[in-house]
Amino acid sequence: MKLNPEIDYGTPEVHGEKTISLTIDGEKIAVAEGTSIMRAAMLRGRAIPRLCATDSLAAFGSCRLCLVEIEGRPGTPASCTTPVAEGMVVHTETDRIGRLRRGIMELYASDYPPDWLSDPKLAGNELFQMAAQVGLREIRYPKDVTTHLARPKDESNPYFTFDPARCIVCSRCVRACAETQGTYALSVAGRGFESRIAASQEESFLASECVSCGACVEACPTSALVEKSVIEKGMPERSELTTCAYCGVGCSFKAELRGAEVVRMVPWKDGQANHGHSCVKGRFAWGYAMHPDRILEPMVRARITDPWRKVSWEEAIAHAAAELKRIQAGYGRGAVGGITSSRCTNEETFLVQKLVRAAFGNNNVDTCARVCHSPTGYGLKTTFGTSAGTQDFDSVDQADVIIVIGANPTDGHPVFASHMKRRLRQGAKLIVIDPRRIDLVRTPHVEAAFHLPLRPGTNVAMLNALAHVVVTEGLEDKVFIRERCDPEAYAEWRSFIAEPRNSPEAAEEFTRVPAALVRRAARLYATGGNGAIYYGLGVTEHSQGSTAVIALANLAMATGNIGRPGVGVNPLRGQNNVQGSCDMGSFPHELAGYRHISEPAARQIFEQRWGVPLDAEPGLRIPNMFDAALEGSFKGLYIQGEDIVQSDPDTHHVTAGLAAMECVIVQDLFLNETAQFAHVFLPGSSFLEKDGTFTNAERRIQLVRRIIAPAARYADWEVTVLLANALGYPMHYTHASEIMDEIAATTPTFAGVSFEKLERLGSVQWPCNDAAPSGTPVMHVEKFVRGRGQFVLTEYLPTEEKVGPRFPLLLTTGRILSQYNVGAQTRRTPNSLWHEEDRLEIHPHDAEQRGVRDGEWVRLESRAGATALRALITPRVAPGVVYTTFHHPDTQTNVVTTDYSDWATNCPEYKVTAVQVSPANGPSEWQQSYRALAERARRIAEPVPAK
Amino acid sequence: MSPEKLTRMANEIARFFAAQPEEKAVAGTADHLRRFWDPRMRRQILAHLESGGAGLEPIARAALLRLREKQSLPAR
Repeated sequence: MKLNPEIDYGTPEVHGEKTISLTIDGEKIAVAEGTSIMRAAMLRGRAIPRLCATDSLAAFGSCRLCLVEIEGRPGTPASCTTPVAEGMVVHTETDRIGRLRRGIMELYASDYPPDWLSDPKLAGNELFQMAAQVGLREIRYPKDVTTHLARPKDESNPYFTFDPARCIVCSRCVRACAETQGTYALSVAGRGFESRIAASQEESFLASECVSCGACVEACPTSALVEKSVIEKGMPERSELTTCAYCGVGCSFKAELRGAEVVRMVPWKDGQANHGHSCVKGRFAWGYAMHPDRILEPMVRARITDPWRKVSWEEAIAHAAAELKRIQAGYGRGAVGGITSSRCTNEETFLVQKLVRAAFGNNNVDTCARVCHSPTGYGLKTTFGTSAGTQDFDSVDQADVIIVIGANPTDGHPVFASHMKRRLRQGAKLIVIDPRRIDLVRTPHVEAAFHLPLRPGTNVAMLNALAHVVVTEGLEDKVFIRERCDPEAYAEWRSFIAEPRNSPEAAEEFTRVPAALVRRAARLYATGGNGAIYYGLGVTEHSQGSTAVIALANLAMATGNIGRPGVGVNPLRGQNNVQGSCDMGSFPHELAGYRHISEPAARQIFEQRWGVPLDAEPGLRIPNMFDAALEGSFKGLYIQGEDIVQSDPDTHHVTAGLAAMECVIVQDLFLNETAQFAHVFLPGSSFLEKDGTFTNAERRIQLVRRIIAPAARYADWEVTVLLANALGYPMHYTHASEIMDEIAATTPTFAGVSFEKLERLGSVQWPCNDAAPSGTPVMHVEKFVRGRGQFVLTEYLPTEEKVGPRFPLLLTTGRILSQYNVGAQTRRTPNSLWHEEDRLEIHPHDAEQRGVRDGEWVRLESRAGATALRALITPRVAPGVVYTTFHHPDTQTNVVTTDYSDWATNCPEYKVTAVQVSPANGPSEWQQSYRALAERARRIAEPVPAK
Repeated sequence: MSPEKLTRMANEIARFFAAQPEEKAVAGTADHLRRFWDPRMRRQILAHLESGGAGLEPIARAALLRLREKQSLPAR
């Protein structure tokens, strides 16, 4: 049995400069000043019994189980709250202490359900372990006294139970909610015997402010808070470490199993991205992997109007390969392409782009980063020299001023948001630049110093205004600029940015943010110490997305906030492997490691390895593929793990493009929206069913481990191998590690990466090579990757998507905590309890003008299309702005978004669509017809009985 | 792809580079088109240029003229 046990030192690590020597149980010990006696003892392997202490939380001293004796001091102090002192002599085990601990433990046990020693499902909890450790054998108290045993359970949360009968009010859950998660949803109500854990104002967990991150469940030592899956299936017997497949934080988890069945996912304390924390998605919403909607057999059909026909893997692969060959023979080599997925592993995305470049013989490969962070790639490569964020997540611990722009970390990147909130509670200042009043603006114990609620589409005007203040008020870091940046480019930029048209006063016309507020925010960022920028899709998904990323880089360079811990420009990546899919050469113009396809030296490396010549011209981007399909030059597409019909903009255009193709191959867990237009369906594998690696937003490469066998026989990379072989381009990998070896052999920034190293170190951040064998937490330390930092002019150009009499409101779209992207995974979990449908957020003023009432249906219409959904009237959005999510296919929000896109990368302008909102009676006609189409397109033919 | 759409895209690229001195703006726009546009898109916009290039803004037009001079596109 292997459960990957974690050592709990009882209290957090202390980084004191001075060393203290003491004696514990006769052994001399030296530890950092400020260390607790409990931790000092555990550092030498002496586990002092405790219930209220755990090393992820500050010492509290309530359970009294960790008593020790200290020579020369009276009484028996708690070892968790007593710091070590020079020359101290401590005894952790004496007869007196033993009696006291058993007495305390007996009191706890006397008010605990009588099944506590016999229930095997709870046998692993700490209460049980401590009872054994202190030698408790009997409970002498009478049974007819008042206890807490009759208190009702709270079963409201779909994932965990709270049983007050098992609660000892040690406050670990309360402290975990505060210190680890930063939500402060839990507290202790009442006093003395009436003390009890309360969620919000003594509401049910589901109705409370609880965000179901699981920190309280993880902290609970008595199984008062316990996963329902543990109650149903029993305590796990073994575990494997793996990496979460949701957002770009990349949390490490222990997948805990009983037999071959996953019982729970527990955040791994030594996870270098999450340090033992989790969110509701990664911790609990993994049941989609076992959902009955999974398609486990390959299917084909001649026309998209036909029902699907289940076939063998061999037939499906042979059919797909034959179709691709037929199309290329008939329409040319460039008539087919592929799309890689940020939900798949590095190895899988690498193989798909290899398949396209080497077996298809063109560069028509793209990835879903096209519609999210492609401007990050362009902007940061142009200014800094490489397409990645500059810092590790831990860098935020040293930030003094944090700018969050176009991101909503508490919903999109919740575990990093908790990390950031800890730093903010310690005193770092926050500047939020966002049209919406996101939670970070004001949340328990955190309040932004400035919220700049700019008009959607005006990021560049705002960022230019901030830089204008820096330059014109003499706040720039002249030494950094002189030593690190290109002087000619800086001089040109300085002259440009200092022009009055870039001032906050001029920008106010566009941003509608008072200039004085912008000036104060700029001064804070420039002079407040280490300044760190975190941004999301609210920056990139604009017609000037790349310009805005460049403007962020300009701002950071001008203030010297690059190249050390606590600063930087940090994209918060939406999906688990956005960084990795980009690194792996998924863009049509770039080979792995961001080398342009036109570079002969880069091509030569791959040509020698792959044994075929490579096309030197860039291929089609995803939106270009649809255009080319409609004009007749693009006819076949292999899509691995993406649902472009739901996720990409201008749904009518996407579906028309797909419908014009002759062979669409969808490889996915489910018959997603895109599969309605597919001719071949290849079953995918979940992250639990394959080996590989993900690279998170901080460039951290982490192992994904096969926990259970692939439900449909093959891991996704194996399916690509089958397809390549059938196309006559043999691939011979027997394990994902061999693909990583090929990546390392061909990609300088990955030269030092191997599965063996990842096993040994836990993770590495690229670049990882001879110069940095253990990886690179902070980039551009002594010089930029490109040499000198490049300032670039960022003229603000208003988007052509403008409001007018017909479409007077601006729609911006985003995501919510409980759902993930197109919802294919989270909609198939109880997470839908929190968000069962997309809602349109509208300001009370705009709602009243239109006669819209809260909860009622509204029609949302743009020049691209219309849909209907229910309204949520809220002042979170500014007047003139409406907001919704794109998690539900019944809404198909992207039928409304347009084909406008970033000038450099064609990343869609999801964040700015001119719309009108009006009352409606229910779903639109288009939604009804789409639903009917979806039902028809998902028909699967019954097998013909043998005669 | 429609000439109107390609023209709009080329103009958007040119407008970014237009903040720079004209020579750099034209070179930057041409380089961007060469490095990021699939050859069939370049062929189509060059064909549009040949037929008058309606809608093309000056920097985009100049960049396309330079693109046309400097390279031969593979036939696919």
